[in-house]
Amino acid sequence: MHAAYPAVVAALLFSVGVYGVLARRNAILVLMSVELMLNAVNLNLVAFDMWWRDRLHGGQVLTLFTIVIAAAEVGLGLAIVLLVYRNRRTIDVDRLRTLAEDGASRTRPPDGDDAAAAVRGGEGSAT
Amino acid sequence: MTGHELIFTLLGVVAVGSAVLVVTTRQLVHAALWLVVSFGALAGGYLVLTAEFVAWVQVLIYVGAVVVLLLFGIMLTRAPIGRSADLDSGNRWVALGVALATAGVLVSVLVVGFRDAYLPLREGGGSADALGSAVFRTWVLPFEVLSVLLLAALVGAIVLSRSDVGGPEQAPPKRAAQAKGAPEKGAPEKGAPEKDAHEEKELTTKRGEG
Repeated sequence: MHAAYPAVVAALLFSVGVYGVLARRNAILVLMSVELMLNAVNLNLVAFDMWWRDRLHGGQVLTLFTIVIAAAEVGLGLAIVLLVYRNRRTIDVDRLRTLAEDGASRTRPPDGDDAAAAVRGGEGSAT
Repeated sequence: MTGHELIFTLLGVVAVGSAVLVVTTRQLVHAALWLVVSFGALAGGYLVLTAEFVAWVQVLIYVGAVVVLLLFGIMLTRAPIGRSADLDSGNRWVALGVALATAGVLVSVLVVGFRDAYLPLREGGGSADALGSAVFRTWVLPFEVLSVLLLAALVGAIVLSRSDVGGPEQAPPKRAAQAKGAPEKGAPEKGAPEKDAHEEKELTTKRGEG
């Protein structure tokens, strides 16, 4: 089999993943696009392991390791996304602008953490 | 074009096409289901490349575990079932340009660079026998490091998703309140307004003592 076939499929999958990471707003869809990019890398690893005819099977073993790391990554990523959802009531990555330097308070919803923190601060000063 | 190449091309078209549907569909749950199709087609591609063990691991881990995790994430964030109009951000045309540029550069470089490279496909190269002996003879140290990494990720996910493991500034009064026999709120899931009510109750009890 010509080596260009898996390489081209992997490159196209990676580009689709790049588009998804850049264009989607939902954090879970961003995670899905990251999975697509990881799969493109896995396909490259397997194909070039076959091309090299590695006796140690380095490419395929590295593919297994990448799959395990991707599983750990998606578990931790979903835990973070759920934590963000619990605190902010949104997982829209365009609206999570707390770390932005300008206009951070402009785009934040008014019932966010600030109100709760203000209430808490007022109680603390009352005592 | 040999038979291998034909089958791989068909599987690649299915994989890339469903991947495009993943990043363009308007329904969140459909995106996760198209992801299943894409990963399944890639597993077929691994089978064509004679990497059988990797193909079955792909089906087990990705289709079986990762997609189910993503569906749970969609469910727990109360995503709308059905069409939602705001899944794409405003910079999608810039993203499309970047993705097309990436695809153009990668495809042209790979096609030119591997113009006369051929994969010698022989069966048995990716069986569970060969891969198992490779993992447990040559790559046993990375394997153990990876198990430690999985343990760390497990602990991290538990700590992140539990809400009663807090910082040191809010843990001691909560424990004191529970020791005083204050009524316990429904244990691990505690939103912000509930916590405020809890703290207010603590304050009133403190005031009553003072």
